[in-house]
Amino acid sequence: MNALKKLFGGNTRQFGMIFALVALILFFEIFTEGRTLTSGNVINLFNGNSYILILAIGMVLVIIAGHIDLSVGSVAAFVGVCVSLFIRDWGLPWYIGVLMGLGLGVLIGAWQGFWVAYVGIPAFIVTLAGMLIFRGANQLVGKSNTIPVPTDFQYIGSGYLPEFGPNTGYNNPTMLIGLLGVAFVIFSEIRSRRNAKKLGAEVPEAWVMVLKLVLISGAILYATYLFATGRPGTSFPVPGLILAVLVLVYGFISSKTVIGRHIYAVGGNRHAAELSGVQSKKINFLVMMNMSFMAGLAGMIFVGRSTASGPFDGVGWELDAIAAVFIGGAAVTGGVGTVIGSIIGGLVMAVLNNGLQLLGVGADLTQIIKGLVLLIAVAFDVYNKTQGKRSVVGMLMKNFSRSNEIKADETTQTTDVISKGA
Amino acid sequence: MTSLNTHSDPLILEMRSITKEFPGVKALADVSLRVKAGEIHAICGENGAGKSTLMKVLSGVYPFGTYTGDIVYQNEVQEFKDIRASEHAGIVIIHQELALIPELSIMENIFLGNEPTKRGVIDWAEARLRSTELLARVGLREDPDTPIKEIGVGKQQLVEIAKALNKSVKLLILDEPTAALNESDSQHLLDLMLGLKGRGITSIIISHKLNEIEQIADEITIIRDGKSIETLNIKADGVDEDRIIKGMVGRTLESRFPDHEPKIGEVLFEVKNWNVGHPQIQDRLVCKNSSFFVRRGEIVGFAGLMGAGRTELARSVFGRSYGRFISGHVYKDGKELQLKSVRQAIDAGLGYVTEDRKSLGLNLLDDIKATTVSANLRKISKNFVVDENKEYAVAEEYRKVLRTKTPSVEEGVAKLSGGNQQKVVLAKWMFTDPDVLILDEPTRGIDVGAKYEIYGIIQKLANEGKAVIVISSELPELLGLSDRIYTIFEGAITGVLDKDQASQESLMKLMTSARKSA
Repeated sequence: MNALKKLFGGNTRQFGMIFALVALILFFEIFTEGRTLTSGNVINLFNGNSYILILAIGMVLVIIAGHIDLSVGSVAAFVGVCVSLFIRDWGLPWYIGVLMGLGLGVLIGAWQGFWVAYVGIPAFIVTLAGMLIFRGANQLVGKSNTIPVPTDFQYIGSGYLPEFGPNTGYNNPTMLIGLLGVAFVIFSEIRSRRNAKKLGAEVPEAWVMVLKLVLISGAILYATYLFATGRPGTSFPVPGLILAVLVLVYGFISSKTVIGRHIYAVGGNRHAAELSGVQSKKINFLVMMNMSFMAGLAGMIFVGRSTASGPFDGVGWELDAIAAVFIGGAAVTGGVGTVIGSIIGGLVMAVLNNGLQLLGVGADLTQIIKGLVLLIAVAFDVYNKTQGKRSVVGMLMKNFSRSNEIKADETTQTTDVISKGA
Repeated sequence: MTSLNTHSDPLILEMRSITKEFPGVKALADVSLRVKAGEIHAICGENGAGKSTLMKVLSGVYPFGTYTGDIVYQNEVQEFKDIRASEHAGIVIIHQELALIPELSIMENIFLGNEPTKRGVIDWAEARLRSTELLARVGLREDPDTPIKEIGVGKQQLVEIAKALNKSVKLLILDEPTAALNESDSQHLLDLMLGLKGRGITSIIISHKLNEIEQIADEITIIRDGKSIETLNIKADGVDEDRIIKGMVGRTLESRFPDHEPKIGEVLFEVKNWNVGHPQIQDRLVCKNSSFFVRRGEIVGFAGLMGAGRTELARSVFGRSYGRFISGHVYKDGKELQLKSVRQAIDAGLGYVTEDRKSLGLNLLDDIKATTVSANLRKISKNFVVDENKEYAVAEEYRKVLRTKTPSVEEGVAKLSGGNQQKVVLAKWMFTDPDVLILDEPTRGIDVGAKYEIYGIIQKLANEGKAVIVISSELPELLGLSDRIYTIFEGAITGVLDKDQASQESLMKLMTSARKSA
């Protein structure tokens, strides 16, 4: 009993969430009679949720800095429709369209960041206004019509890694990415352990590290196997690849760089940060600008996937993204949260959605269940904060504090997450 | 009024062997307090001695069960579970930080949480009638509809008392009521307390102003290091200020400070004709034409009452982080500096340890190592990437040098005691390697042992050739630590005294009066 408690009594919401995720996957795997962990379903799940997960990455930074962004769905839709029009009406190649879309996202973000950071209007108000403005703008410029995009543009939303190399029966690039991921995880774990030892810091026992590496590597390899053995023509999806790159980049920025530290500092105690020389206005501006940039990207991926932009794209996305971030361990008051945690949170919601769909549960009941999960996840965390015991799981996760040694594909399974407070 | 000096007076309150522990700190150890009905009872002690904690135990802020010992009030053992319960029994505490809502009117504040109702609806006519009467009793001539934010601190204090009277208070507790008041407001308040005594209301007053205590109190209980030392009867025992200080300090003043041989060099840092406006209120100056200088290796004290503008001066110099800059010049090593942001100030070699650790100095979500490097991330970063190994090494080094008590530098700063938190904040600023270090109330809320260590660190920094400015409300601290002391009154520097000329009296005189001579 005690041992069980030690193993499962994780002391942060994120440990809880990894287990919730694994448990959910197993639950649905059993009750859908094996239809959950099939190549087709996992690929679908990724394709259908990548844009929400991308939004969650931007959103967690916004929330760590102590703000919120309600406009992301509308901004995504507006950027989507503009890019569709650029390509259709001006005959631009798809990549110019993508660049212009990203630029438009940055411009919109600068607009919102200006009001938040330099005028001092709460982000809630600014982005509530933005939600109305850009939804209206989407319908205005698109005349509330559906605007199709060419096939080559669709690649960013629904493409797969190409086949090349010898015929192994698997998709080669997917396998390559999986193996690189495993190598990277093992290498960085050993390196950080060596560094910690050199500095005389406390390191977990060797068996803990080995167990951790076996679990993570196993998860990555299993995910790789699923992605590489889909029906012909499918493999690791392009939106998943974009997501993986973003997780790596933003995980790194948030945990290892000066600007990342500053974001946490501003959210944790703005006055203390300012008196330590942090330019909080600049940080707030950048965080809000980045959010709209990523919303633009998510909007384009969605348009690529659905082959056309429409007047109701992105409705409700802000809520999905915000829910993912809070399930993933962020605090409403700012200063707490991780990119990886938010991805896990987003995946919990995605798996729940997908599994309930496979079971044939209606949309009405699905919403009720998702709402309850959000509530329980946060309640669980609040409860855990009053406990604060270290567990085996805590030790497993310890060295991954604020880290990002992860590939997006492995997160479907379990793994290495972490928390600021671990 | 009950007669004094007799030992047969009935007790209204007896606190028996109260012990209260916080994680890692014993704030109160076996404290006893006996207050007679109808008297004014003073509680004296140094900062951090446990006075406020004791009053929080009494008023139910720390509920029954979180402390050990008995509270006997009106001959019954009480088990207050919150402030409401103690107020219901007639015990009202007025905190140093007033609990008034600035946007609401005087009347609304008086009746907040205690609104007179008629069939469930607030009876404003009744409220107005009663508030007019209450305001007359405390001698406040203001329209009850005036918003609290439009009246001064002295008047706000009176509103608090009116609020207490409305709750039919029997035991009124005032925590440092005159700390932020000028002399005439203070006198009015003291007279009012004597008036309340005349109506049979018992008061407990916590104050650092010993002359006031001597003036109004009947008995005095002295608390030191979380223990009750003695209870004296002012008249019977012929108590004077020296006697109180002896009880409070309990040891010779010299031993509170490490030995220090100052090595003072040439002028390093100078501020001239510094004028700063209030951040919100137009036409109000928080710094009036202030000029001062600090020499290399010198520890310079800034003395002033709360609200005199010491912090405002320091923060406005530190990269204009407070108020509206109007005019003035800052020089370091004879060269004029333009410090328009905190970043510039830090880069120019200034450091500022804030007065309020928790709300201004620390991100309580951070751990020790992240806090230590937070003001100088560049030093441990390459291409904007933080080197976490260096971060750990730096934090570990400061932990050893400053002897911070913690299991590891990965511990959250929120878990540390006040003294150790302050050491982490000092480490943070030492790591920026400033030439000029401003310390605002560096030992507030820190126990005596840690204070001694902090003093040692400050002296060591000065001996390294830094210019150190110490702002403090505790005059003994300034006298023991500083080589020179400036006094500030209402935003203006009113004098400067060398260590050997300065005494509590001479400082207090300069701190409470406008400039007489240059």
